[in-house]
Amino acid sequence: MERRFVDNLPPMDLMRSEKMTSVQLIIPVESAHRAVSYLGEVGLLQFRDLNADKSPFQRTFVNQVKRCAEMSRKLRFFKDQISKASLLSSAHPVIQSDIELEELERRLAEHENELMEMNANGEKLRLSYNELLEFKLVLQKAVGFLVSSGSHAVSERELDENVYSKDDYVETASLLEQEMRSGRSDQSGLRFISGIICKSKVLRFERILFRATRGNMLFNQASADEEIMDPVSSEMVEKTVFVVFFSGEQAKTKILKICEAFGANFYPVPEDITKQRQITREVSSRLGELEATLDAGMRHRNKALASINIHLAKWISMVRREKAVYDILNMLNFDVTKKCLVGEGWCPIFAKNQIQAALQRATFDSNSQVGIIFHVMDAVESPPTYFRTNKFTNAFQEIVDAYGVARYQEANPSVYTVVTFPFLFAVMFGDWGHGICLLLGALVLIARESKLGTRKLGSFMEMLYGGRYVLLLMSLFSIYCGLIYNEFFSVPFHIFGGSAYKCRETSCGDAKTTGLVKYQDPYPFGVDPSWRGSRSELPFLNSLKMKMSILLGVAQMNLGIILSYFNGRFFGSSLDIRYQFVPQMIFLNSLFGYLSLLIITKWCTGSQADLYHVIIYMFLSPTDDLGENQLFWGQRPLQIILLLLALIAVPWMLFPKPFILKRLHTEL
Amino acid sequence: MYGFEALTFNVHAGYLEAIVRGHRAGLLTAADYNNLCQCETLDDIKMHLSATEYGPYLQNEPSPLHTTTIVEKCTLKLVEDYKHMLCQATEPLSTFLEYITYGHMIDNVVLIVTGTLHERDVQELLEKCHPLGMFDSIATLAVAQNMRELYRLVLVDTPLAPYFSECITSEDLDDMNIEIMRNTLYKAYLEDFYRFCQKLGGATAEIMSDLLSFEADRRAVNISINSIGTELTRDDRKKLYSNFGLLHPYGHEELAVCEDIDQVRGVMEKYPPYQSIFSKLSYGESQMLDKAFYEEEVKRLCLAFEQQFHYGVFFAYMRLREQEIRNLMWISECVAQNQKSRVHDSVVFIF
Repeated sequence: MERRFVDNLPPMDLMRSEKMTSVQLIIPVESAHRAVSYLGEVGLLQFRDLNADKSPFQRTFVNQVKRCAEMSRKLRFFKDQISKASLLSSAHPVIQSDIELEELERRLAEHENELMEMNANGEKLRLSYNELLEFKLVLQKAVGFLVSSGSHAVSERELDENVYSKDDYVETASLLEQEMRSGRSDQSGLRFISGIICKSKVLRFERILFRATRGNMLFNQASADEEIMDPVSSEMVEKTVFVVFFSGEQAKTKILKICEAFGANFYPVPEDITKQRQITREVSSRLGELEATLDAGMRHRNKALASINIHLAKWISMVRREKAVYDILNMLNFDVTKKCLVGEGWCPIFAKNQIQAALQRATFDSNSQVGIIFHVMDAVESPPTYFRTNKFTNAFQEIVDAYGVARYQEANPSVYTVVTFPFLFAVMFGDWGHGICLLLGALVLIARESKLGTRKLGSFMEMLYGGRYVLLLMSLFSIYCGLIYNEFFSVPFHIFGGSAYKCRETSCGDAKTTGLVKYQDPYPFGVDPSWRGSRSELPFLNSLKMKMSILLGVAQMNLGIILSYFNGRFFGSSLDIRYQFVPQMIFLNSLFGYLSLLIITKWCTGSQADLYHVIIYMFLSPTDDLGENQLFWGQRPLQIILLLLALIAVPWMLFPKPFILKRLHTEL
Repeated sequence: MYGFEALTFNVHAGYLEAIVRGHRAGLLTAADYNNLCQCETLDDIKMHLSATEYGPYLQNEPSPLHTTTIVEKCTLKLVEDYKHMLCQATEPLSTFLEYITYGHMIDNVVLIVTGTLHERDVQELLEKCHPLGMFDSIATLAVAQNMRELYRLVLVDTPLAPYFSECITSEDLDDMNIEIMRNTLYKAYLEDFYRFCQKLGGATAEIMSDLLSFEADRRAVNISINSIGTELTRDDRKKLYSNFGLLHPYGHEELAVCEDIDQVRGVMEKYPPYQSIFSKLSYGESQMLDKAFYEEEVKRLCLAFEQQFHYGVFFAYMRLREQEIRNLMWISECVAQNQKSRVHDSVVFIF
């Protein structure tokens, strides 16, 4: 009777995983690509890798995979260039006709060549522009160093002098200064090199110059006004203009070599003021021209990039699909006649029609003479687990799968997790004010579901978005638990009527010492608001919440064990039922089920019994008299019986099953 | 106390040891090498490597590959791993990690000085330097004319400065002197490293002293063999041998007087660990000696991973990676030049 009732219950789809079947496909070569592509769109077939022992480049379609890899490299290059040029990626997908893979390859190669050419030209232009710009900066600053006596004051401000003097050369140093002030700096073989160098290297450069010339040099530097763009890294680099005064030919070669080694560029600065002004004007005009050319070049390039950008997302997805198709094709085997591909896989039974329809479409679209053979095959290994989830149950299924994926057709815990997981969260959260905030957040996420689903979110937002239904349930249950705990941002409210307690006198003088007195029926729903702020608030609430948690926990553990009973019945394993389910139930309920019973009894009768004491002494001295901890008649003999049952249950659940299994295996 | 590192090692170096063991698990195995040896073109190699840890470094290279590109990118991975570990390390692990690169610094210095002597362009030489051994003012080496200037200008700022005390002469640099300088520097470096490891104590000292002794002995053998028939006097040769290791001091005495390879062989066969190496070679042959030494080194480096809570794993990982890059270079060259039959001549399998 009972069995028929249980068997006639409506099927729960999510309760057990879908029934799977092992299938074999024989596909003629001309329709193979299309067939796999359509099967991919259906998305309900899992192929087994028949070429698992072959290395990646021994497989049949290795060239196509290489081509796809090459194309995706080009697409990555484009994406990189586009992001460097700070163009926004286009949000609206362009609906255009599908293009073939070869066509796409050709176009990508074209675009890449074009882009690389433009980049090379741009770099050359940029280099010459940088040179001219550096020359201009050097002229600006170096002029200040090569001062004539008239503008001495100006130079003092700009100079960042570092005068070195060794003891023997003191006179020479002052001679240098004199010569500088007099403006006749080309006397007595004193020459200079002016140039520009990255700011980060200046200190080391100076030090090396000092060492190389044994201190016989004068180094002046001033930082340049503008930053220069480094063509390789496309970053703006700060530069410093320097002028080195030295004497002697050897020193010159050394200094030049050191400049080369540090990547400093030097530019000749004429000492005559009129010539300086003339050169400055020339340089500025050429700079202006080059700038215009550079801008034009950049605009041209950005236009090309923008035209690529429109199609980029589509191309990327196309190449990924093609690569996936060829990866699957690599898993198939050629059969004896070399005209067909043979593949094996798993599919759910309900999907067989869909798959066959897709295969028929593929045969038709590729104009193949021979149809694709699709038939069921026997398999030795156990099928994979597949749950059909919708957007609501998907999040819960993922949470459960994180602990472990259920075996094929085992009872699926996520059916119950949909409620228990958010509810246990709510038991911990327990505040209807915060619950309302969480609810609003979850509703916002759900309302913008479609928009957020298409965008690429950061990792944190992705987590929130994926769990939006979990958050919704969590918030609803939190509001419920908040009403029970009577906490609105930790403030209690008198929503369900007045408090049941009042002060003994109107002045409430001894409210904190003797306490309040109960004068009407208890508060209808939840914790009485008078508890808040009272002296015994924490002991009361702690005890309440602990006992509640024990009840919830024991109930959930019982649910788990009962599910194992249903598993045992489904798989027909009486061994599991007799030697696992029964002793587990006995053990759990004789100890913790009994505790739950005690809790409920204590709540209902209002007894003052100490349950810690009862449970601990149940183990330590079960035959002792309970005294004031007695909750009901017959408690002591009941405790002794339960203790004995628990003791028997432990070896019952641990020992018989392994020995019986061993016996069964050795018999086989 | 040796034996109680487990109590305190993880406080400072636990994360990095886990990282380095993770990297070691990504080294290419014998199966990988077998597959690589069967490649027909460099593109096949690239495709196979894209499934290993080198994938992200090679995937953006355009299709006509060169062997130098492959080696460059693989070295780039090594450098990045090293820099990541270095910036997370505290003392004394950071000093230890820096010690590992001094050998490369010495090689780079010698490369640039030799190149300048033969009038090569500085930038070209800089590109050929090993990235792990780069330091700031390395380009200035091109300016130096003799060793004293070399030291005074550039090397005084680098960690190599204390190794120079033995080899400052005022002679001009030429090929012979540069080689002697290289070996003197390396000898001082090895001894310094050895002392540092001994100071660290514990498992690090034990394992590193074994590895460094092997290194010192190997260098002694190489110096002896390479200086046969040159003008290097016996005393000079003896000065280039390190003052630790299995061969010190009696083996060194005997090696110093050797005049041909068979004599070297005779000396080495007296030492059991090296007897097995030399027994694999037939008389008069020295080409396989390198490979035999590499194999022995790899075996010892792998053994370093068997123990936990010491710094030797970092040294071992760097060396194993370098060996792997050498293997990849050899395989790529063989494939590029269509000499696949010679592939197994020089590939040392790590696992």
